Amino acid sequence: MATYNVGDLRKGLKIQIDGEPYLIVEFTFVKPGKGQALYKCKLKNLIKNTVIDRTWKTGDQVEAADVEEVEAQFLYRQGDHFVFMNTETYEQYDLTADQVDEAWKYLKEGMVCRMLLFNGSPIGVTPPFHVVLRVEYCEPAARGNTATNVMKPARVETGAELMVPAFVEIDDLIKVDTRTGEYVERVKEGE
Amino acid sequence: MTPLAEHPAASIADTMKLRCKGDWRPTARFEVLRRRAELLRAARDFFIGRGFLEVETPLLSADTIVDRHIDPLPVPFQPERTSRATGAPVVSGGEPLKDTGARLSPEGYMPHRDDLPCMWLQTSPEFAMKRLVAAGAQAIFQICKAFRRQERGPLHNPEFTLLEWYRVGDNLEKGMKLLGDLVEQVAGLPYPEFVTYQEIFRFYTGLDPHYASAPELATVADLHGVPAPEIPFDDADSWRDLLFCELVQPHLGWPRPVIVYNYPASQAGLACVVEGEPPFAERFELFIRGIELANGYHEVTDPNEIRRRACHNNTWRVRDKKQPLPVDSRLIDALTEVSFPECCGCALGFDRLVMIAVGAQSIEEVIAFPFERA
Repeated sequence: MATYNVGDLRKGLKIQIDGEPYLIVEFTFVKPGKGQALYKCKLKNLIKNTVIDRTWKTGDQVEAADVEEVEAQFLYRQGDHFVFMNTETYEQYDLTADQVDEAWKYLKEGMVCRMLLFNGSPIGVTPPFHVVLRVEYCEPAARGNTATNVMKPARVETGAELMVPAFVEIDDLIKVDTRTGEYVERVKEGE
Repeated sequence: MTPLAEHPAASIADTMKLRCKGDWRPTARFEVLRRRAELLRAARDFFIGRGFLEVETPLLSADTIVDRHIDPLPVPFQPERTSRATGAPVVSGGEPLKDTGARLSPEGYMPHRDDLPCMWLQTSPEFAMKRLVAAGAQAIFQICKAFRRQERGPLHNPEFTLLEWYRVGDNLEKGMKLLGDLVEQVAGLPYPEFVTYQEIFRFYTGLDPHYASAPELATVADLHGVPAPEIPFDDADSWRDLLFCELVQPHLGWPRPVIVYNYPASQAGLACVVEGEPPFAERFELFIRGIELANGYHEVTDPNEIRRRACHNNTWRVRDKKQPLPVDSRLIDALTEVSFPECCGCALGFDRLVMIAVGAQSIEEVIAFPFERA
């Protein structure tokens, strides 16, 4: 198992604690002049998305996490399971709704996502930052109202609901920012 | 500027190989470099005005201070000289450092080794300046670079600038007053307040630092939600450091600078230890806005005590899986030969003084080229 000397820890490295992968999101070195150096980290659990604090001292070793990011195409959904395929190796991954988390809202068949693998198994999936989705249902557009500050709920083809401007109509295509879950703009067919 | 902490490189060795576009540029603004130059001049004026002699001593020396937690940078080279042990000439060279399996004696002694051609970049000019005092210097100061391995962070650069001074005849009180005057007159800050390590530690942790056991210190760390590394329970010093660093230091020196004095005897460095209940070290440190700026001692004058503490630190170094360091030094030779006068010495991190003066958050804002761009 690969290890890091704590002196080599940096923001952005992925490490393993008690069998779970963590991303170093913050890293500070503190040291009293004559005292022991401390390596203070904020760590994000890549499976549970929780953040913890950890402090190491000089000479400590930390296990590196075998985490890699691959491109995977969303194939289909079967009940509570989401099936993806690695675009390079054609290996298929079966993810639970828990593992897919919020990403289900944006998944369209054929969409290429980024998938995080830990020891070769998927632990999470990130859709593209912007996706185009068809509006399946919303209240009819108020006539002549093109203001963007009046919002109404809409359901898109994946079954997810979000707020859209009042002028949006059923069957419109809208661009959504997957990081915030917010409506960005209306797009024309073929765009 | 990308701080090292955010650098994609996985290790410092990689970083050194990694040149980024535009990283020839300084990280400090010229306005800050001008302020830095003013402070350098103010510091010189301060000491020269008090009759101090400005001195320069080797940065590269055959001797090195043996601290438990400070690592010097070895330089695989030494001038041609005659072996102290055998009288045979020793060839200088650029041999890389190898693990020669240096063995410590039970009390932690490690000799200088003639088969280990190595000199040390100084972690502070302490030894050489004390040799000057031993030779008769009365009041000396120096502004020089110092080097400490593996120290890089918002307040650390492996190569940094120290302002260090010694004055014969000073006891602890006079030594601390001189530092206070410097804070006031060079940095233009209020005169510091003084507090003992015991008082301040007790105030923020509820524990007496001289008597609290490692399990007690660990319990308090846990109560305050301090994330702790794995520290064994026979290492109370490291637990005390952790609590001081996390629970005490962040509060020190707001808004008025503070000098903490009378450290636990086990954290004496090379300060005199006053026996008693509890024994304490005549060591003092300056803190401004939560930052540790200076460390001073009422100096130990007994060469056997310096040797004993070096051996003790070596024993810890081996426990910490660190290379032990040679114990003998020309300072010990000097103190064995002549009697060392009562004196106080103090070293101040000059880069941090500039940080305070310009309100910098990170050391690279006050040095032209930090380690990654060196």
